[in-house]
Amino acid sequence: MSVLVNKNSRVIVQGFTGSEGTFHASQMIEYGTNVVGGVTPGKGGSTHLDRPVFNTVEEAVQKAGADVSIIFVPPAFAADAIMEAADAGIKVIICITEGIPVKDMIYAKEYIKTKNCRLIGPNCPGVMTPGEAKVGIMPGFIFKKGTIGIVSKSGTLTYEAVDQLTKAGLGQTTAIGIGGDPIIGTTTKEAVELLMNDPETEGIVMIGEIGGGMEAEAARWIKQHGTKPVVGFIAGQTAPPGRRMGHAGAIVGGADDTAAAKMKIMSECGIFVVQSPADIGDTMVKALKEFKK
Amino acid sequence: MNIHEYQGKEILKKNGVKIAEGIVAETPEQAMEAAKKLGEMTGCKVWAVKAQIHAGGRGKGKIKGTEYRGVMIGKSLDEVKEKASQILGGTLVTLQTGPEGKKVNKVLVGADVYYPGAGQPKEYYMSILLDRATSRPVIIASTEGGMDIEEVAHSTPDKIFKVWIDPRVGLQGFQARNIAFKLGLSGNAFKEMVSFVTKLYAAFMSSDAAMIEINPVLRTSDDQILAVDAKVSLDDNALYRQPELANFRDITEEDPLEVEASENNLNYVKLDGNVGCMVNGAGLAMATMDMIKLSGGEPANFLDVGGGANAKTVEAGFRIILKDPNVKAILINIFGGIVRCDRVANGVVEAYKAIGDIRVPIIVRLQGTNAEEGAKIINESGLKVRSAVILKDAARLVQEAISGK
Repeated sequence: MSVLVNKNSRVIVQGFTGSEGTFHASQMIEYGTNVVGGVTPGKGGSTHLDRPVFNTVEEAVQKAGADVSIIFVPPAFAADAIMEAADAGIKVIICITEGIPVKDMIYAKEYIKTKNCRLIGPNCPGVMTPGEAKVGIMPGFIFKKGTIGIVSKSGTLTYEAVDQLTKAGLGQTTAIGIGGDPIIGTTTKEAVELLMNDPETEGIVMIGEIGGGMEAEAARWIKQHGTKPVVGFIAGQTAPPGRRMGHAGAIVGGADDTAAAKMKIMSECGIFVVQSPADIGDTMVKALKEFKK
Repeated sequence: MNIHEYQGKEILKKNGVKIAEGIVAETPEQAMEAAKKLGEMTGCKVWAVKAQIHAGGRGKGKIKGTEYRGVMIGKSLDEVKEKASQILGGTLVTLQTGPEGKKVNKVLVGADVYYPGAGQPKEYYMSILLDRATSRPVIIASTEGGMDIEEVAHSTPDKIFKVWIDPRVGLQGFQARNIAFKLGLSGNAFKEMVSFVTKLYAAFMSSDAAMIEINPVLRTSDDQILAVDAKVSLDDNALYRQPELANFRDITEEDPLEVEASENNLNYVKLDGNVGCMVNGAGLAMATMDMIKLSGGEPANFLDVGGGANAKTVEAGFRIILKDPNVKAILINIFGGIVRCDRVANGVVEAYKAIGDIRVPIIVRLQGTNAEEGAKIINESGLKVRSAVILKDAARLVQEAISGK
């Protein structure tokens, strides 16, 4: 088992013929991902990377049976691409694009609430189920099939964690890059919940960063419903306060915003919190031995 | 992107939000002219002279070496000129600027708006921003205006209330009325507040603002509702479609090294520590800073080189970090996924040779695609660069570098 994507996923690439789309689609295909085609408006009917190009996602669903989409569309058009995928009936929408205007994401998030789909990202490295499907931009060779699930806001920090796990002899079920934007489709808690309910996953690595209250929300959920060990890290213990958020933001975010506050809540909720990002792999080995249900 | 008060007020005015009128001045003479003109326009005989910097707390902040504050009242044209002459060119230190303060290049001369009628004026607080928990805009309002809102939130949280907006239908009439009622308004002031909130929301949405904060919102003695101050920040991701607002950028407000970094497509934030770092990816960059601290150093910066770490970006990164005199060591931490470590290593060697005289120890940690080849290139380069593959080894090398081993 795994979550979100597996060898049976029928994946399409939105922004298929662009340079980013082309590069990463070939890497995904090389990994063995079941890429059934792509969408580039105006290029429908042609072939790219030996796969059909469609004008619309709707057509890709009808003709190629697509159920997962990965989006490499430029920021100005990415929210539109998300809504198109949701409207066409795609079940798992993974948006890699970085730099989407916040207002566009406010509208897109409301829109997809009315559809039966899950959005991962935007501004994320994608989702990886080792040995089955790579629907993202992560380096495939660092992963190994196994029993640890990963939830992370960050790209390269996810690779770091995966690499440490693999070197410690621990493979992965699925790694979910949820993205670092203020508005993302799937929250830390929701991603943790998916992995907690996955029978093959035996331990979870949860990597967060400063800002927002998602890690605290996830920690409280884990305290109540957790049945597996969770190792947590929050990046940004040394980040200066208030660089992105004005002080009106501090009211809404509240005291949960700093790395120290988040790590405290996570520890109190029974998560194995590491201070150094270099300790993620070793701590998971330890957590698997020490965790009591 | 942060903008100045006077620029924020331009956005408000364009959207029909009533503001306290003001004119920007760059010299004391211009300030006096501005006051004269405002007197003719509004009949006012008292003026506020307000320093224009990208930081709050101006009213309580002081101009270095003087008793002058960032916001001063002038009761005559000469007084306006005199106050402006002290503020302009001075360095304003507020709670938000840090001890180094910020240089004041412009002042906003504002007409006194508090007492046009016989009643008592009152100040309120209002802001609009994105609530991350609900992914919706939220309007925050309080009867306690003119004060530090975080302090109000801490001591009297019941005096702050929030209204969430459904973006599909926008701010509704009942919500605007609800805000005006909760602020205790009636009569003409109530109608004015409903209109004020409605137009403020329109300004927030149409300008792609990340935040608009009006503190204070003023009910004048004749029951008008006006924005006396305006703190606006804009969504950087949306500036491409707001060309007029993008022109509001004032690079004199930014750290020169951060400006240089952004010109090289590097994401750099200057900090006060002694170990510089250069990393690919924002999350790993923050984590690397944390690791520097755990190794006994203090991070001198945040620097994300993004996806393409090549000789050119590494060289630009080196040059920026080396301009900071506090830097005693530099850690380069690259996790090669798409980017290959041997290429990054060659980039480091080229950049090092191009700069020539680097006097601080450099630690390069390359992991991921072709990591071993990368380490070999570094080790055989003959340069004063130490390499690591495992993150823990990098931490140890940083520790040794700081302690002078």
